[in-house]
Amino acid sequence: MTAKTIVEKIWDQHVVRSAEGEPDLLYVDLHLVHEVTSPQAFDGIRQAGRTVRRPDLTLATMDHNVPTDPRQVRGELPLQDELSVAQMEALRRNCEEFGIRLFQMGSRNQGIVHIIGPELGLTQPGAVIVCGDSHTATHGAFGSLAFGIGTSEVEHVLATQTLPQRLPRSLAIEVAGPLPAGTTAKDLILHILSVIGVDGGVGHVIEYRGEAIRDLSMEGRMTICNMSIEGGARAGLIAPDETTFAYLKDRPYAPKGDDWDAAVEAWRGLVTDEGASFDRTVHITAADVAPTVTWGTTPAQSVRIHERVPTLDDAPDEGTARQWQRAFDYMGLQGGEAFGDLHLDKVFIGSCTNGRIEDLRAVAEVVQGQRVADGIQAMVVPGSGLVKAAAEAEGIAEVLIEAGFDWREPGCSMCLGMNPDQLAPGERAASTSNRNFEGRQGFKGRTHLVSPAMAAAAAITGRIVDVREHLPSV
Amino acid sequence: MQPVSAIRGRACPIDSNDVDTDQIIPKQYLKRVERTGFGPFAFAEWRYLDDGSPNPDFAMNRPEHAGANVLVAGRNFGCGSSREHAPWALEDAGFQAIVAPSFADIFRTNCGKVGVVCVALDDEVVQRLFDLIAADPGVEVTVDLEAQRVHAPAVSELEGVDVTFDIDPHTRHCLLNGLDDIGMTLEHEDAITTYEATRPSYTPLVPTP
Repeated sequence: MTAKTIVEKIWDQHVVRSAEGEPDLLYVDLHLVHEVTSPQAFDGIRQAGRTVRRPDLTLATMDHNVPTDPRQVRGELPLQDELSVAQMEALRRNCEEFGIRLFQMGSRNQGIVHIIGPELGLTQPGAVIVCGDSHTATHGAFGSLAFGIGTSEVEHVLATQTLPQRLPRSLAIEVAGPLPAGTTAKDLILHILSVIGVDGGVGHVIEYRGEAIRDLSMEGRMTICNMSIEGGARAGLIAPDETTFAYLKDRPYAPKGDDWDAAVEAWRGLVTDEGASFDRTVHITAADVAPTVTWGTTPAQSVRIHERVPTLDDAPDEGTARQWQRAFDYMGLQGGEAFGDLHLDKVFIGSCTNGRIEDLRAVAEVVQGQRVADGIQAMVVPGSGLVKAAAEAEGIAEVLIEAGFDWREPGCSMCLGMNPDQLAPGERAASTSNRNFEGRQGFKGRTHLVSPAMAAAAAITGRIVDVREHLPSV
Repeated sequence: MQPVSAIRGRACPIDSNDVDTDQIIPKQYLKRVERTGFGPFAFAEWRYLDDGSPNPDFAMNRPEHAGANVLVAGRNFGCGSSREHAPWALEDAGFQAIVAPSFADIFRTNCGKVGVVCVALDDEVVQRLFDLIAADPGVEVTVDLEAQRVHAPAVSELEGVDVTFDIDPHTRHCLLNGLDDIGMTLEHEDAITTYEATRPSYTPLVPTP
C-alpha cells in the first residue's frame, strides 16, 4: 500500500468523481455560511432556479458585521448601520427560505464562524469543511481539510455540496522541541510566518508536525492553523490525537454512542504514513520562539519582543527595502525603534485567531489585580456566546471588567472593522487578530499583532512589552 | 459569465508585492448584497485622497492609464481575505486580465469564476512589462487566452514581450466558453447521490430548523 499524507487520505475519501484532465469533484461535509460572502450566492441559486442540496450539512451565523455593544445586541440601542442590518436580514431570509440553521445575533450559540463549529462538535477529523472566509483553515486543527472559498464557490457548494478541486501540493512544517516558557501558539505561528513569508505556502496545504505542535491544546492548534492563510497556504492541519478526541467528546453535535467509537477508530488512521513524502519541508526550532510582535503591514513582518524594528539596512534587497519603507510610513515608524517606546492607543482581544476561552484565561492571568493603563482603550470580544458565558462563569469577565476592559458581545469586531469597532486614523493598537494590513482595523489604523498574553501586558502597561516580565508563572 | 478570448489594450501598473484584497476592496464596501457596482471602490484607500477626490499619483487615476483593461502587478497579488468582491471590483473597473509573477490561491480561483484572466509570468518578464508601460503608457498589451500567449511590442530601445503562459486547463476551458461550472457539476448529480450513500454515519449533521 502506498504511504500517504493525511491530506491524501482525506482527499481519497471525498472524491465523488475523477476524470482525466479535469479537477476532482470533492464532497463537502460541512459548509459554514455568514452574512458577508453569502447574499450573492443565494441570489445566484434563486436566479438559476436551483436549491440548497444539503441544508443539514450547512450552518449559518452572523459574525462579520454584528455590533458588539451589549446595548445594541439587546435591542436597547438602535443598530445604526443600515447596510449591515440589510445584510443580516438577507441572511435571515435566505436561511428561512432554504431551511438552514442560523445562529442570529443575540443567540447563545452565535459567534465567529470558526469558533462555533469546533465548540459545537461539528468540526471533526477527516472532514472536508469550507466557508466563504479565508480563515477556514482554523478547523484543520482537528485534522480536517478546511479551506476558504469565494462567493461563486459558496454558491457551488450550496447547489451541489461539492467543489471541483485539484490536490494541492504538500508542505510539512516540523517544529522541533518544546516551546519556551512564556511563549504561545500565536508567537509560534508569527515566527513560522516570518520564516516562510506571506507567500511561502501558496498552492500548498501545510501539515504542522513535531513536539511543540503535539504539546498544544486544541485552542492553540486552532490559532496555528487559523493563520495558515497568512502564509498563503490553501489550508493547514494537524493530525488528530487524544487531545483532539478529548476536546470533541460530548460536544453537542459530536458523534455519540457507537458512532463515537466508530469515529474515533477511523480518526486514529488520520496520520501521515511513515515514508509518505511531502513536496516541501520546513524545519523550525521551537527554542527560537519568543513573544513576537509585528512591526509592519504583513503578518510576516515581525520580530521577537526584545529585538528592535528593523532598519532599511537590514532589508535583503532593494525591492524589500521599498516595501519596508512603505510599511514604515504607514505605521508611523522610522525603523530601529524599541517597541516599549511606541505610544499605544488601543488593545483588541478577540477574533477567530484568539477569541477562545483559553485565550481569555491567558489574558486574565496577566491582568489579575491590575488596571488598564491610563489613556488605553482595551476591548475584549469573546469569540462566541458560549465563550462569553464560560468566561463569565469562570470569573474571567469580572477580572477583566474590574481592570477596566470593555467587555463586549461576540463577533469578528475590530479584527476587520466592518462594525463600529475600529481604529481611528493614526491610532496604534496591540491586537490578537490575524491581519495588520493597511486599513484593516480602521482607515489609517496601525496594528501590531501579538498573543493574548502580550495584548494583556500591553493593556496594563500602555506599551508593547515582554509579557514574561508580567507573568506570575514564569 | 461571458466567454473570454483575447484581451487587448492598455495596461495599468500596480508595482507592489503582496497587494492584499483589503486594499483591492476595503471592508466598508463589502456590505452590498449585489454582485455589481463595486468598480468605483476598487483600491479606494489608495485611489482617493482624504477629501474623496482622486489621488493624482495613483496609477488608475492617471490619464495615460485611463481605459486600461490589463492590470500588471507584483508578486502574490490578491493575498489575504477570500472576498470575491475583489475580482468583482476589478472587473467592474474594466480589468479583464491581470498579469503578475504570482497570485494568491483563493483570489485566482475567484477571478476564474468572475471571468478575469490571471496570468503568472516570470519576474523579469513582468518587470519588462512595467518598463514598457513606463516608457510608453499607451503600449498595447495582448493576453491571448486561446493561444496562452502574452504580447507587448518593443518600445524604442526596450525589447518587447512575447511569451506563453500556463493556466489550469479547466479554468481556461470555462473562461473561453463562458461556462457555468455549477451546471457542469450538476450533470454528475447521480455520482453525488451515489457517493452520499457511502458516507459514514458519524459525519457531522446540522439540525435543521
